[in-house]
Amino acid sequence: MDSREDDGGEPLSRMVEWRDVTPLPQDDGPNPVVPIAYKEEFRETMDYFRAIYKADERSPRALRLTRRAIHLNPGNYTVWHFRRLVLEALNADLDEELDFLQRIANSNSKNYQLWHHRRWVVERLGANAGAKELNLIKKILSLDAKNYHAWSHRQWVLQALGGWEDELDYCQQLLEEDIFNNSAWNQRYFVVTRSPFLGGLKAMRASEVRYTVEAILANPNNECPWRYLRGLYKDDIKALVNDPEISSVCLKVINTKNNYVFALKMLLDLLCHGFRPCHEFRDSVVALRTSHTDPLDPDLSMAICDILEHVDSLRASYWIWRKNKLSVAAV
Amino acid sequence: MESFRSLTVTQRDQILVEQQVFDIFKTFYNLPPSSQSFMLELQRENHVEYLTKGLTGLSPSFCVLDANRPWICYWILHSIALLDEFVDPELENNTIDFLSRCQGPNGGYAGGPGQMPHLATTYAAVNSLVTLGGDKALSSINREKLYMFLRQMKDASGGFRMHDGGEIDVRACYTAISVASLLNILDDELVQNVGNYILSCQTYEGGISGEPGSEAHGGYTFCGLATMILINEVDRLDLSSLTDWVVFRQGVEGGFQGRTNKLVDGCYSFWQGGIFALLKRLNSTKEVKPIPLGDGEGSGEESPQTTTSSDAAGEEGLNGDLSLGGSHSEIGDQHNTSSQDNVIDIDHNHSKGHANVEPLFNSLALQQYILLCSQELNGGLRDKPGKSRDHYHTCYCLSGLSVCQRSWLEDEDSPPLPRAVLVVSRSLGFRDLWVQNVR
Repeated sequence: MDSREDDGGEPLSRMVEWRDVTPLPQDDGPNPVVPIAYKEEFRETMDYFRAIYKADERSPRALRLTRRAIHLNPGNYTVWHFRRLVLEALNADLDEELDFLQRIANSNSKNYQLWHHRRWVVERLGANAGAKELNLIKKILSLDAKNYHAWSHRQWVLQALGGWEDELDYCQQLLEEDIFNNSAWNQRYFVVTRSPFLGGLKAMRASEVRYTVEAILANPNNECPWRYLRGLYKDDIKALVNDPEISSVCLKVINTKNNYVFALKMLLDLLCHGFRPCHEFRDSVVALRTSHTDPLDPDLSMAICDILEHVDSLRASYWIWRKNKLSVAAV
Repeated sequence: MESFRSLTVTQRDQILVEQQVFDIFKTFYNLPPSSQSFMLELQRENHVEYLTKGLTGLSPSFCVLDANRPWICYWILHSIALLDEFVDPELENNTIDFLSRCQGPNGGYAGGPGQMPHLATTYAAVNSLVTLGGDKALSSINREKLYMFLRQMKDASGGFRMHDGGEIDVRACYTAISVASLLNILDDELVQNVGNYILSCQTYEGGISGEPGSEAHGGYTFCGLATMILINEVDRLDLSSLTDWVVFRQGVEGGFQGRTNKLVDGCYSFWQGGIFALLKRLNSTKEVKPIPLGDGEGSGEESPQTTTSSDAAGEEGLNGDLSLGGSHSEIGDQHNTSSQDNVIDIDHNHSKGHANVEPLFNSLALQQYILLCSQELNGGLRDKPGKSRDHYHTCYCLSGLSVCQRSWLEDEDSPPLPRAVLVVSRSLGFRDLWVQNVR
């Protein structure tokens, strides 16, 4: 760990450099609650930080002190904020700052302050920092492909500094590694809808539908591609209902009589939005019925709700609610 | 089923958790009924002990939360309140005093004395003080300055920054708006464009993300939905796709995941579970008068009811506790007397026309997860088996449990319906346990 960098981790009170500073203890009051039994190094570092912060001293030693404090508690947003003020005042080398952040990234990959600080630094460095940043994020995602901060940061970099060209491929690669990675699907949606190089959602829709259908058929119990498929027709419900690929994949999966919850659900949504099914659909749904002795509801949507209530019984209340909404709508 | 090695990371991680959870359930079901009853009890005394201890002292390892101390206060105080306990007057005074020292000269509350004010710690401090209640606690809040702080944090995009120069996201919107609403300082200046910002965060999946473009996430969905309700713009959201998304966040374990295809975590019992409470209120103000619980199952009464059939939900009487049901010895002797026949309904068969009063999530399955998988018998609650307890998870697991127990109610201020509280049934076997697709 880097905490010994620059000052050897020696007590500040014994350092010549800090002799002129009177450490400022925390104003916890006589009987604080949630008091933390600070270790001596922590207490001392923060006492000196408080003194420097109060004096608003934006010096090189202040910069070193903030690093020390960050190592002890990377969640202290006040320290990070002050570090930014000092970096600005000193007109510090921000590439070095990135190096510092990189070294502590792995052990702080879920820390809000670190990512926010990164954004601040990269913003100042500008377009040149973009590629390096995307690379770093890739490394972090290779350790945890769903790190929320990393993905948000990645989206920010793309929008602020570009680098869209390879992003769809990157999503593809991640999905090949793990087709269940919802963050990668979400990123795919982000790229397809916002990349200046791809022409927008409508232009990409046909090829994306094909990709998604393939993913569904490989793992029909994977929720991601189903939601993605629906997302491809966001704000364009009529097109969803009219796209034969959509109803077709539902039918295919239902016919396997296996892992068909999402397929039935999609079919239900299609029906709710005006889809007129041919008899094949009803036949396939009827074929699902095994142990239920009641005849299937003549209304296909109702029948689907009944089936889902039984096969997705964790969500029985939801399917009953959906069914009730159908009858209200029908009246 | 493919070999373990050909599975993706998501699949592997999920299977490992499922195995642990199902082992716990299996063990539970092989226990004699009296032990089962014990396992489903809320260990109130132990939880209160764990919580109160935290209020009075924390080990050195807590230095990583040194900028979050009002949060620790809130997690502890809120949990204690849910357990219908009180903090002694001395601790109460000390808390009020401590939080005053976290209050900034220009408004808002910081993570500790001398730190910069921050919206999240402001939310935590204000809610801690409101939970304590009373004149001293409430008057210690400088509302005028707090308003100025909120105005300072307001961003042109409509969102809010967490602190001076800090990050903007849906959490910040919620903490700002909810505090303003609570303190009656919400105005047009604070509200303007917040709705637009949150709307831009509803994703193609139906849930809400932290920032526009990010992944739909339980914490942010709760924050976003709650904020839209507070500013009276909730109808701008696509509520049916939001509902559809959150319903599918409940997994085979009974608990909730934060995002699609991620792992169950006890804290989402509240972040996701709470969304249903919010939605229910919205649905009930829109729909026709709800169908009351029929077939002699009673509604809102606390008197013991007997089972009429094997899948009925008649329950024994409950303690008259206003907060969490599920008793411990001090509450009374009504709990789990073996002479009663009834109770528990891990049965999820709800098709009795109660849909309008019934919650849209599986409340009993969630309670099962919380009590059997999140609860630590010697106090505190946790994310999932294998993780350690902490105050954050204690707070949100208990909050989720409370949501469950109140989920059948029309009026959230009434005590939990007996049928809503998960307790043990004598005839329950492993087959009856909420289990789906056991590998």
